[in-house]
Amino acid sequence: MKPLRIALAQLAPRLGVLEENLARHSALLAEARAAGAGLVVFPELGLTGYQLQDLAAEVAIRRDDPRLMGLAAETAGLSAIVSFVEEADDHRLFIAAALLEDGEVRFLHRKLFLPTYGLFDERRFFAAGDRLRTVESRLGVRLGIAICEDFWHMAVPETLALDGAQVLINVSSSPGRDLAAINEVGLGTAVSWRTLMRTYAQLTTSFTIFCNRVGMDETISFWGGSEVVSPSGETLFTAPLFDEGLYLVDVELGDVRRERIGLPLLRDERPELHLRELRRILAERTETTLEVASEPPAGHRSKPKARTAKSKTQGRKPKAR
Amino acid sequence: MSGDAKAGRKPPAETSGRLFELPPELAIDTEVARRVTVGFIRNQLRQAGFERALLGLSGGIDSALVAFLAAEAIGPERLLCVLMPFRASSAGSVDDARTVVERLGCASELVDISPMVDGYFGREPEPGAAGMEGLEASQLRRGNFMARQRMCVLYDRSVTWGGLVVGTGNKTEALIGYTTLFGDSACAFNPIGDLYKSQVRQVAAAVGVPEQIIRKAPSADLWPGQTDEAEAGFTYPELDRLLFWMIDKRRTDEELAAMGFPAATMERVKRLVATSEFKRQVPPVAKLGPRTTGVDYLYPRRRPGSARR
Repeated sequence: MKPLRIALAQLAPRLGVLEENLARHSALLAEARAAGAGLVVFPELGLTGYQLQDLAAEVAIRRDDPRLMGLAAETAGLSAIVSFVEEADDHRLFIAAALLEDGEVRFLHRKLFLPTYGLFDERRFFAAGDRLRTVESRLGVRLGIAICEDFWHMAVPETLALDGAQVLINVSSSPGRDLAAINEVGLGTAVSWRTLMRTYAQLTTSFTIFCNRVGMDETISFWGGSEVVSPSGETLFTAPLFDEGLYLVDVELGDVRRERIGLPLLRDERPELHLRELRRILAERTETTLEVASEPPAGHRSKPKARTAKSKTQGRKPKAR
Repeated sequence: MSGDAKAGRKPPAETSGRLFELPPELAIDTEVARRVTVGFIRNQLRQAGFERALLGLSGGIDSALVAFLAAEAIGPERLLCVLMPFRASSAGSVDDARTVVERLGCASELVDISPMVDGYFGREPEPGAAGMEGLEASQLRRGNFMARQRMCVLYDRSVTWGGLVVGTGNKTEALIGYTTLFGDSACAFNPIGDLYKSQVRQVAAAVGVPEQIIRKAPSADLWPGQTDEAEAGFTYPELDRLLFWMIDKRRTDEELAAMGFPAATMERVKRLVATSEFKRQVPPVAKLGPRTTGVDYLYPRRRPGSARR
């Protein structure tokens, strides 16, 4: 199999300036094509910038927006993942990543997990997606596409792998923080992400691609450090921290098969077991919630722990399972 | 950090350990800190449509570090350092500030603020604009007034120089409120406001701030012999450690006590932090209309069209 050349577009978008970012994407697509790339990955909200706040509604585009279609038209014989604010028919705004292939928008992923804590405030401005699917790519493999925080929830890479993904792709706008002296790169965030990517690649025996932006929005610095990790968990490439650039990495897609034959973790997964236990856990949570809701006014019961214990033992309905 | 991310990394405390005391938990990768703060200065100016910057250079470590970072970000020829001594300021401060200016090769101006301060408070036996009682003004009033006069000078020079005022306050003083509202804290942006004093020292040593500036006792320089640490009653390494564990690492009082922080110090620092909350926030606006700035009208400061040109 011919190696696949991946281009990581570790760029610094201009906040809220859609036209300029579109032009930059277009130029980088052309550059990647000229360099022989088959897959070009752009970071989360690369078309709009990250810290949008109320600007989100002003830069939002529909999935059939002519400007997005124009970018798609530049992908004949090429796969590209681009990210923007998507406005749905009902005017909900999503953080979205689209797979553009052979001139069309082939697939759209809406960010599932919107961090709203610490320095993040995404839930205030965006709706959360509710579908997690893989997509068959012209590259001959299934891709699993996720956005930033999606990969801080284990179920996401796991579900994508079970759904047939051989290449997991995470596009991010990860703000650098937690400056430290004692770890491998001097930035807590970078170390966390590297750990996650290697772990997911190893556990799902898939290629794992991480494309993170650089530059600054307001007070936040995005640290780059985009990566490609092999199905055996080996880091094939790490882009420099903070430097803008189009980074090329060649991979052998055949490594997925080799790894999965040698280390059949996916074969041995037990999704039915997982599903059964998840159903039980959810049922128990619902039971606990119902019981708490029907609790008599406070007074004779003081410890919430006793309540939980009860719901798990006496409280359980004698239902056939 | 270009190229290999690890290549540029130095163990931070080793070369600088002799210069100052560095609590290990506050050690940072100075190369990353330099990279981010320099990029921040460059970005803030570019996004606002400015190429030049200026700052008040006191001769102390905070403004010296910011001068070094700004010179690296935009080139010394675009940086103006304004020295604004008062009559009672120590001659050593001005000398140290001049050393920084010479080292960087940036532009500088000296504005003696004594006549401005005297014009208001008066100078025995002549009363100033404040009348007779001005002659009796406390050190606190005088200190705050001087800080605000320096702010006035900086913002006036920002027009003649055509640049933005870069802030030079550190995280430690901001958290305990050891700063004058609309005085030394006034700025267009602040690159070192999230660095504790101990971390400022580390980065200063790494970027080449002259040693005598790193070594000397931090002082507001409002009267001869004044030092921050004598005024506060604890040292910066002690204070930085406590703030770091209390605020950044969310340790409870019990946990802090178990770590050995004295109860009296904790009590005092907590009070300083709580009572200075107002200094760290934009003044509140009464909510009346459908969309209110800072409440439900939330735009990035730098949005399309916000730059001067």
